Amino acid sequence: MNNFNLNSAKRKKNERIFKYLCQLFTWMSLLILLVLIYHVSIQGLHYLNLDFLNNYPSRFPDKAGIKSALWGSTWLISLVFILSVPIGVASAIYLEEYEKKGRLARLIEINIANLAGVPSIVYGILGLTIFVRFFALDRSLIAGALTMSLLVLPVIIIAAREALRAVPQSIRHGAYALGATQWQTIYHHVLPASLPGILTGVILAMSRAIGETAPLIMIGALTYVAFIPESVMDPFSTLPIQIFNWASRPQAAFEEVAAAGIIVLLLVLLTMNATAVLIRNYAQRKYRW
Amino acid sequence: MNINKKSIISVLLNLSIAILVVSCGGNNEKSNTQSKLSGYVKVDGSSTVFPITEAVAEEFRKVHPKVRVTVGVSGTGGGFKKFVMGEIDINDASRPIKGKEIKKANENVIGFIELPIAFDGLSVVVNKYNNWTDYLTKEELHTIWKPGSTVKTWADVRPEWPEKEIKLYGPGTDSGTFDYFTEAINGKSQVCRSDFSKSEDDNVLVQGIAGDKYSLGFFGFAYYKENKDKLNIVPIDGGNGPVTPSEKTINNGTYQPLSRPIFIYVNPESIKKPEVKTFVEFYLENTKHLVSEVGYVALPDKVYELGLNRLNKGVTGSVFSGRNTVGVKIEDLFTK
Repeated sequence: MNNFNLNSAKRKKNERIFKYLCQLFTWMSLLILLVLIYHVSIQGLHYLNLDFLNNYPSRFPDKAGIKSALWGSTWLISLVFILSVPIGVASAIYLEEYEKKGRLARLIEINIANLAGVPSIVYGILGLTIFVRFFALDRSLIAGALTMSLLVLPVIIIAAREALRAVPQSIRHGAYALGATQWQTIYHHVLPASLPGILTGVILAMSRAIGETAPLIMIGALTYVAFIPESVMDPFSTLPIQIFNWASRPQAAFEEVAAAGIIVLLLVLLTMNATAVLIRNYAQRKYRW
Repeated sequence: MNINKKSIISVLLNLSIAILVVSCGGNNEKSNTQSKLSGYVKVDGSSTVFPITEAVAEEFRKVHPKVRVTVGVSGTGGGFKKFVMGEIDINDASRPIKGKEIKKANENVIGFIELPIAFDGLSVVVNKYNNWTDYLTKEELHTIWKPGSTVKTWADVRPEWPEKEIKLYGPGTDSGTFDYFTEAINGKSQVCRSDFSKSEDDNVLVQGIAGDKYSLGFFGFAYYKENKDKLNIVPIDGGNGPVTPSEKTINNGTYQPLSRPIFIYVNPESIKKPEVKTFVEFYLENTKHLVSEVGYVALPDKVYELGLNRLNKGVTGSVFSGRNTVGVKIEDLFTK
């Protein structure tokens, strides 16, 4: 240790190498995204117009549109949001705030972590057996949304628990000291303070739900639909299914139509995430400790 | 502070309600009073047949705008699973129904009307710069593709061809295309060498073969037709001299043994619903004009008439199932 030199060139060099390495990897992932967006825009932009958004699928690339898939995805994601967020957050609150830390709690915890790693197609088979056949919901939006909710619930629960755990105990203690009940403490202090973290989980979950195809095909989501769903019992198609179908067609023009579809999917995803990020930032500014 | 906390949660709530309201908002379809027919026609099945059914559904909608035709793509086998449970009206099939599937249908007391709707010619293709492959015989294809094949270079096929490694491409083993090719070339479906590049997406095969001078592969004729400039097609000698697949040679049955019929299977119970019956009739009457637009080959006119006959008489059962249809003319099967 005698030859330890605070300002040795070697230490500084290592420091720099590490920094540049991290920088390189960050830029690399960003670059890949940029290349993807560039490529897709070059291919798809000229198909992207109001007609594209307002037309039903067609065998002619020029007439093909994404209307039914766009509406199908919007319906689906709204239903998944309504179904999964309350259940997921409530479960997380129960597990984190109320549940006594015992064997049962550990068992539930392990199960939820495992569920997050189950391949999506397994949820599709489950959805087909339970929702489509047993509950006779048929190949409807609600069957798809329930299946997707099961798929994303573990993600929401895990993220929400992490967020709740990050709220300092002193906040809870402070509330109790002033005579608040546990519910008041959670509702007025813990939940708002953990909102940013919970929202991050919700963003991840919704992004996953909007991009999944395999379980939906399993439960019977469709490829050609020429109407907009009017109730939760209606059959539907979604953006990724429509895009996949176009991309696998022999006609080269459909590849460009698929690219236009990808742009729409990206825009929907970005709008969704941007909204959540805005709310998150607002919440973050409000709560600091 | 209190108001702020509440407002965050109410923003969230409002957001979800807003999304719901927006998505529930109906839209004003141009209502067409030509037809009073309404209801659902549920179709599922093969991705190979999908473009044809989509084209028919698109045209059908112009005449009967209130009938909601829905088409899924869960594969021929996946579609039959739903069909034999009575969950769909029509199954798109790129191969005849199998014995197992007929048994399942019988158990559930579900019949089926079998209707051939088009030909799909499987095309064997090589790279654009392959200038030595003038044709291949059925036997040569068998030597290349049989299980445990020792063919490693082009010279192993014919001694005068280059001694370069032959790169093989083919569709995934779940596809009806793979079933038919192996049945026609190796005598039994699914029997094949396994060391070739597989993809469920035929466009990937096109890319692979287009990028490799010493490659050989097979896929549906539609994919060759759209990529003519990137690929060379190989004439096939099925015993009567080499024949290049084209709309003419596939339609008149001279391109053998690699052209196959593709089907729709209709549940006779569904035919009792006027919207389904009208749709199937429309299908048989218009397919011949629509198939070439999506890359397939029409059947001889007579076959569509025979199909309409079967439909109107409600003839159930399969004339194709369990039979080796390779090299058989469809009219002969139907008129028997």
